[in-house]
Amino acid sequence: MKARRLLLAAVPVLALAGRAAAATVLIHDATVHTMTSAGVLQHADLLIRDGRVAELGTKLAAPSGAERIEANGRPLTPGLFGGIGFLGIEEIGLEPAADDYALKLGGAMRPEFDVSSAFNPDSVVLGVSRLGGISFAQLGPASEAGGSIISGQGAVVRLDGEVAAPRALFIDAGGDASHLSGGSRAGEFMLLSQALTEVRTPQLLLPNDQRLLTPAGRETLRSYLGGTHRVVVDVNRASDIRQVLAFARREHLAIALRGADEAWRVAPELAAAGVAVILDPLDDLPQSFDVVGATLENAARLNAAGVKVIFSFTDPEPHNIRKLRQGAGVAVAHGMPWEAALAALTRNPAELFGVADRNGSIERGHPADLVLWSGDPLEVTTLADAVFIQGVPQPLRSRQTELRDRYLQKLRAHAAR
Amino acid sequence: MKRLCCFLAAAVLSGCAMQAARPAKTSAPPAAQAATPIAPAASFYPSTYQPPASAPTLIRNATLLSGTGTRLEHADLLLVDGKISAVGASLTAPANATVVDGTGRWVTPGLIDIHSHLGVYPVPAVSGNDDGNEATSPSTANVWAEHSVWPQDPGFRTALAGGITTLQILPGSANLIGGRSVVLKNVPSVTYQGMKFPAAPQGLKMACGENPKRVYGAGKKVFPSTRMGNMAGYRAQWAEAQEYLRDNIEYQKKLATGAKDAKAPKRDLRLDTLAAALQGQILIHMHCYRADEMAAVLDMSREFGYHVAAFHHAVEAYKISDLLAQNGVCAAMWADWWGFKMESYDGIPENMAFVDAAPGGCAIVHSDSDEGIQRLNQEAAKVMAYGARAGLDVPPERAIRWLTANPAKSLGLDSRTGTLEPGKMADVVVWNGTPFSVYALADLVYIDGALRYDRAHPDVAPRSDFLLGQPAAPEVTP
Repeated sequence: MKARRLLLAAVPVLALAGRAAAATVLIHDATVHTMTSAGVLQHADLLIRDGRVAELGTKLAAPSGAERIEANGRPLTPGLFGGIGFLGIEEIGLEPAADDYALKLGGAMRPEFDVSSAFNPDSVVLGVSRLGGISFAQLGPASEAGGSIISGQGAVVRLDGEVAAPRALFIDAGGDASHLSGGSRAGEFMLLSQALTEVRTPQLLLPNDQRLLTPAGRETLRSYLGGTHRVVVDVNRASDIRQVLAFARREHLAIALRGADEAWRVAPELAAAGVAVILDPLDDLPQSFDVVGATLENAARLNAAGVKVIFSFTDPEPHNIRKLRQGAGVAVAHGMPWEAALAALTRNPAELFGVADRNGSIERGHPADLVLWSGDPLEVTTLADAVFIQGVPQPLRSRQTELRDRYLQKLRAHAAR
Repeated sequence: MKRLCCFLAAAVLSGCAMQAARPAKTSAPPAAQAATPIAPAASFYPSTYQPPASAPTLIRNATLLSGTGTRLEHADLLLVDGKISAVGASLTAPANATVVDGTGRWVTPGLIDIHSHLGVYPVPAVSGNDDGNEATSPSTANVWAEHSVWPQDPGFRTALAGGITTLQILPGSANLIGGRSVVLKNVPSVTYQGMKFPAAPQGLKMACGENPKRVYGAGKKVFPSTRMGNMAGYRAQWAEAQEYLRDNIEYQKKLATGAKDAKAPKRDLRLDTLAAALQGQILIHMHCYRADEMAAVLDMSREFGYHVAAFHHAVEAYKISDLLAQNGVCAAMWADWWGFKMESYDGIPENMAFVDAAPGGCAIVHSDSDEGIQRLNQEAAKVMAYGARAGLDVPPERAIRWLTANPAKSLGLDSRTGTLEPGKMADVVVWNGTPFSVYALADLVYIDGALRYDRAHPDVAPRSDFLLGQPAAPEVTP
């Protein structure tokens, strides 16, 4: 009975996490990884007020009434990126009624599909991920049988439940999507060209034409031609990456690559084109003939070549995105500079997806989006000690801690017998 | 010697497998102790693995986690003739010994993954390689995973780089009873027999829950479609196996007494496996997520008189850690997987620490993944951190047992590998520092005393035939 009351009491806290009042907090003596040109600040103090980083410096005085957190040198970083995937749009795997990540309208190409409206801020996955120090993630729908190679759009979501304005468009290319383009990956470029022709020269369309896009779809696709919003292309094989680069150049698309297991083989071309790569730092096996060149050194090699790297798991399933920082640590163990690996989880994704004004760095005047860590944030034995989103301290509780504490009582009672 | 043992087994019909199979706490019936009347067919597919001759190796001045629960600082480890020869301070190197400077390094037993599908679900994961689930009948106890293993799976080598020296390859979980497993040494070989752990007991893969009922009920519209159907399905198989066993024992008795009417029962490969499992010769490894289902299976094991070696995946083991410990059943778990289906919704990252904390508990970290198998040490490290925050501190010398001694026990191999004790197989990993770190890398991996992986010399571990002539990444030592 006691445990049940505890659970009920906790639920409103979790649900209201994002709406709680921003606190005035002084974090004293932290190692602040600003992810800006200011670099790493040792023994720094940070004042959170009105949801923002009000002050950042040394020997800051705490305003009266401010809560004080002694960091004792512990690392303070921006909240981490959770990758591209199904956060809040897949509560549970293998259960279609609890999954909203794929549009399957019989093969129609519907770029106007925006999966963000399915986002559930009360998904328990958010709470679990917040405890892992994740404060923002990019929603990305999936191309599945019955859908098309353009899977649709997604927003950046904050882990307090807020949905940001910018959208990205997702395209699936390569061997794993060729079943959606008539059985050949060459068909992917044919279909994309046809769609762009419909957008650019609608006057050529005749009433009885077989067309790929609805008027809304043409409008959506047109909005991505200006280069302000990102088109993310899922592609892995080196030769396919070259085709995508040429296509994007031809069509003036602002792209980023996702997956990109063989991107290291095309690193100079990617650097020259200024194309960012969103990769899974743990991919190192030839899972298919598209990724024969997969290696744990992909991130290190791309970074060394001057390519902007962002981490995201290949598997878009959201439940264990807290593991992404382990992937970043593995990238460091395989040659990536530590600061670059942290940037791939903070500044780089925030910049790529258009939320750098509120995520990915620690700057005076920015919303306070912070994690205080028990140690090296890329280390597997480190946990988040405090998480702030928009200046709001997040309760370090989740459905998993509720389960843990219920059964901890049972374990202790048993051990005491 | 080991090969001789296996060869003899074929002749005398009482296998080494029987002797090696020592479950922690057996509830098997008296029949388990009797000589089996069932032909030990495993003897006809013997291991051809022979460790290459190797010079003695002395690892000096390392931090040593022995797998027995102890941690030694500035310790030496001597490997001679494929075995652990000595552990201690200031050991003397034999004249021809290779000396390894262990300063700043940690040394552990070779890691053991009790749940892998390498070789049966190899990469590239193309349809032609899809050999892990004989999903054509809910009970395929007749199939053997070893007959699907492709030794050229590139995943074996990446697992070796993660310190894996022994691994159990299981059939998938589509079926109630999926078939026999095989335990391999992680050595390069053209044939699976060349990898087969000599005289290791085979396992039997069984599966609870969603997978069988989804594949058969929802997928094929045949039995079973529910969890109660699953239970009825296993029980029908065990009942049949008991009858088969009885008939064979009867036949053996008649043979022994020279009875004229002695007639051999018709051989059935499926029932061969199940009867051997009932006798304790084949160890039962059961995929089971939910606490309530594990409890039901424990009741079933009493009904039919067998022992469950381990529940695999065991996402809810923390809810019944006392029950598992009382029954002497290990739980093999992931560190932090959850939510990928309904039966994994209640996963918590402290699960392993809970199982470990129960008096007599046996916690194992497993992978079920060609990625996870590359860093079982990091999986354990994550649990240590979460456990500590919950007040369940697990020191490194204890946590290492989750990936060495405990899986060895569950596989019936604890007298031969899994710890750094004199006489054990010299399956050893030299790490660049503590293994419980994201920056941990295996520097050297020895299997039966032979150096099989050297991070500074990638050619020591040959790459798969599959990768020859492919645009694969050249290996650069970090």
